Amino acid sequence: MSPTATPKGAASLRAHDVKPQPPAKGPKAKAAGLAGWVDDRAGAAKPVSYLLKKVFPDHWSFMLGEIAMFSLIILLLTGTFLTFWFVPSAGRVIYNGSYVPLKGIPMSEAFKSTVDISFDVRGGLIMRQIHHWAALMFTISITVHMFRVFFTGAFRKPREVNWVIGTILSLLAINEGFTGYSLPDDLLSGTGLRAAEGFMQSVPVLGSYLAYFVFGGAFPGEAIIPRLFTVHVLLLPAIIIGLFTAHIVLVAVHKHTQYPGPGKTNDNVTGYPFMPVYIAKAGGFFFIIFGITALMAALVTINPIWLYGPYDPSPVTAGSQPDWYMGFADGALRLFPGFFEFHVFGFTLSLNVFIPSLVVMPLIYSIAGVYPFIESWVTGDKREHHLLDRPRNAPTRTGLGVMAISFYLILFFAAGNDLIAIKLGLSINDITRAFQVMLLVVPPLAYWVTKRICMSLQRRDHDLVLHGRETGRTVRTAEGRFFDVHEPLPEHERWTLVQHETLTPLQPTATVDANGIRRVGTRRERLRARVSSFYFADGVHPVSPAELASAQHDASAHEAVESGHDSGAQGSSAPKWVGQLHGGADERPETDAYASHEDGEDPGPTAAR
Amino acid sequence: MSEHDPELAERPGSQPSTAARRDHRPDQGHIEVSDGIPEHFANPGLPPHVSRSADLDETAARRAARQVATLFGLSMMATVMFLVAYFAIDPKTYRFIPGIGQANLSNIVLGVTLGVSLMCIGLGAVHWAKTLMPDTEVTEDRHPQRSTDDARREAVKTVVAGGTASQLTRRPLIKYTLGGALGLFALPLVVQLAGSLGPLPKADLSTTFWRKGMRLMRDPEMTPIKASDVTLGSVFHVMPEGIDKSAHVLEEKGKAAVILMSLDPAVITVPKERDWGHDGIVAYSKICTHVGCPVGLYEHRTHHLLCPCHQSTFDVTQDCRVIFGPAHRPLPQLRITVDADGYLVAASPFREAVGPSFWERG
Repeated sequence: MSPTATPKGAASLRAHDVKPQPPAKGPKAKAAGLAGWVDDRAGAAKPVSYLLKKVFPDHWSFMLGEIAMFSLIILLLTGTFLTFWFVPSAGRVIYNGSYVPLKGIPMSEAFKSTVDISFDVRGGLIMRQIHHWAALMFTISITVHMFRVFFTGAFRKPREVNWVIGTILSLLAINEGFTGYSLPDDLLSGTGLRAAEGFMQSVPVLGSYLAYFVFGGAFPGEAIIPRLFTVHVLLLPAIIIGLFTAHIVLVAVHKHTQYPGPGKTNDNVTGYPFMPVYIAKAGGFFFIIFGITALMAALVTINPIWLYGPYDPSPVTAGSQPDWYMGFADGALRLFPGFFEFHVFGFTLSLNVFIPSLVVMPLIYSIAGVYPFIESWVTGDKREHHLLDRPRNAPTRTGLGVMAISFYLILFFAAGNDLIAIKLGLSINDITRAFQVMLLVVPPLAYWVTKRICMSLQRRDHDLVLHGRETGRTVRTAEGRFFDVHEPLPEHERWTLVQHETLTPLQPTATVDANGIRRVGTRRERLRARVSSFYFADGVHPVSPAELASAQHDASAHEAVESGHDSGAQGSSAPKWVGQLHGGADERPETDAYASHEDGEDPGPTAAR
Repeated sequence: MSEHDPELAERPGSQPSTAARRDHRPDQGHIEVSDGIPEHFANPGLPPHVSRSADLDETAARRAARQVATLFGLSMMATVMFLVAYFAIDPKTYRFIPGIGQANLSNIVLGVTLGVSLMCIGLGAVHWAKTLMPDTEVTEDRHPQRSTDDARREAVKTVVAGGTASQLTRRPLIKYTLGGALGLFALPLVVQLAGSLGPLPKADLSTTFWRKGMRLMRDPEMTPIKASDVTLGSVFHVMPEGIDKSAHVLEEKGKAAVILMSLDPAVITVPKERDWGHDGIVAYSKICTHVGCPVGLYEHRTHHLLCPCHQSTFDVTQDCRVIFGPAHRPLPQLRITVDADGYLVAASPFREAVGPSFWERG
């Protein structure tokens, strides 16, 4: 459509919408047999048909959460199998199974039964390895799903609570993973538990009591394995399933968010119905995820505890690393300098352990959890948002997100400082120092670079809408001048680039009212105005129809429009959307050649100040 | 919109442009006109539907159906192969697999057949959905999450009426005692759990198995060490004599582990270290003062002890002072001497708590 077309209301958008079809009438539509029996007793027809007709939008990034959901199902399934053979006991036995190198070695029943699952239970190893791989898949997909939700602004009203539930789920998932890999009581995980006991001891005042309560006495004791087992197979899964159910119910209640695009509005949801399309796609996807996990478990060994041997407090292997999702916490421990341990009045305050081990993780998750509330306070925006942001259109948020990820990744890689030192032949001390410096320097830099990239991308969108796409065709005019032909964007493509709104920073209010009396709460408002300007001061407005019309007017006045460079389009207030010719500097007066941005001819990207 | 965003209008300092935009949202297709040109572009609506080849051509549709059926068929075959492999392959069979090396054949075959069986179901279903199921986009309307004002009033009324009917508001005595009872009822559960989880630590963290006169034994052989056998530059992992007979072997080992090194007495810079050792042979707690990993890596040229968990580095020539890494305190030294037979023995127990810091360790 041309920019001067008569405005239409929102209702006109739906003129061509396809609504869900009512069920077919006739004898086949009658619920019969088992379905009829169930409906007679539960009245399920209406809710079931509502759910089956539910529309889900389509996008690859919406599958990330699905991967987490399906990994959880795989974990529950294979985990249940493992409990049939695993013995959660620290009782000492002498190994006499079929793995020769361990014969005659004393070990816990937990370790022995895990070795038995791996070597003597038919198909036991494949179930164990599927379980462990699925756990890694679960945690990574939750993390990447969180990134998607954050960068697209899907956490905004009305989904703040679901974001909080999601962050709690993520935190529980990594702790569920830790309790799980600690169960086999092998040398590697036992060293991890030893460190965990050290973390508890570092708690100010209560540390030693906490450690003795959790471990049922001195480390390692016989209580921790059965206790971890209960936590791993009952307590945490129950909470995770409960919260996951709430998470998914809220998704259904809110209806899924969708990416902006032609036909997508904030008060519709456009996609495919659950029955039959998503039953097949999502159901099929479950089998694909399960299949990939099984293939990984078949072909790539994971956690070969028989090579580590049973736990013993005295030996240790070099290169001890936790599973990847605990890497950031381990990295924090490696980077936090020792001088944070203090000795005051005869007591020891071991902040060098307490902060990185027990404060950093909850702190990171708390900041993530409250972010939606911070952002909605800054914007003052209390409206519902069902259309996602393109990350470039929220440069500050995207920058903050990348900043957080870079912080996390530096901690993560710091947990491998010893491996990096060995593989690259560098000094471990230099690497550790470098990570310490990077932890402070890189995140702000990542924020700044990301924000600039986002704004450049916005300006590129802006340019694309104003000047169209280069066609690669060059046209020579009668006078001998050359022009590149630019093709305007089709309306459906253009919409995605111009649909977003930009927010302007809040202005600080006067500190005194009309009568010269100090107003209450102005300090808070000034702070809010400052944060708001941090967020929105350098926004790039999307192209408006007026800007586009004026750009085309310029183009047609100075240049020639392909369709009729004899007369027609010259000076027309309604330029035809056939094509624009962009020449070099030569068609303009020489004084003007490089000054188009200053003299306002080309509106260009303007900052929304 | 207007019924659920009145707050936006009250945004302190909102600019006219923002306030003007309040009543319409471009993302909902609202547009506003000034001077004949709309202020925003209008949503053009769904792009025209493009049919797939299977929609137009029955041959393509039949081909797609055959592909789906083939995938489902492959899945069945893989399942049968899994079942055969389960019984036919002994779980202790090892074979060389290219790219993997010596591997458990049963695990690989079971995993691959299971994986293929599952994958083919999934791929078949997705292919079916993408080629044959309707791909016309369907639109559903959204409604604000907020209930209508009437419904809200009704809910408040019900709650208030319930409060009144139960006389909760009229009889504060019930209110306060109920509050007290509900506030306290969880305490027995909390106290039972917290109180019974474990014993109090008492002095347990500050003491070890080491006693005066105990021989230093090689770990794990548990043989005594003659001072004359300790050559310059050698290192021994050490446990106290009799620890393997103790009632709580692992718990005692977790505190008593010691590392013994032999240095040239001239390089030792701290007199106390030299005095507590024997002719350049010194013994230190092997439990890291950071979070308790065994400090197992000794580099005899530099005399550095390195903890493999978090890379704390201790300099043995300086009484195991921390020279790098997140630990703060030096490793505690065990005072040793030799007995009448020339074996190394402890001259006294550890003088301070070994292992990670805790509040009351002093």
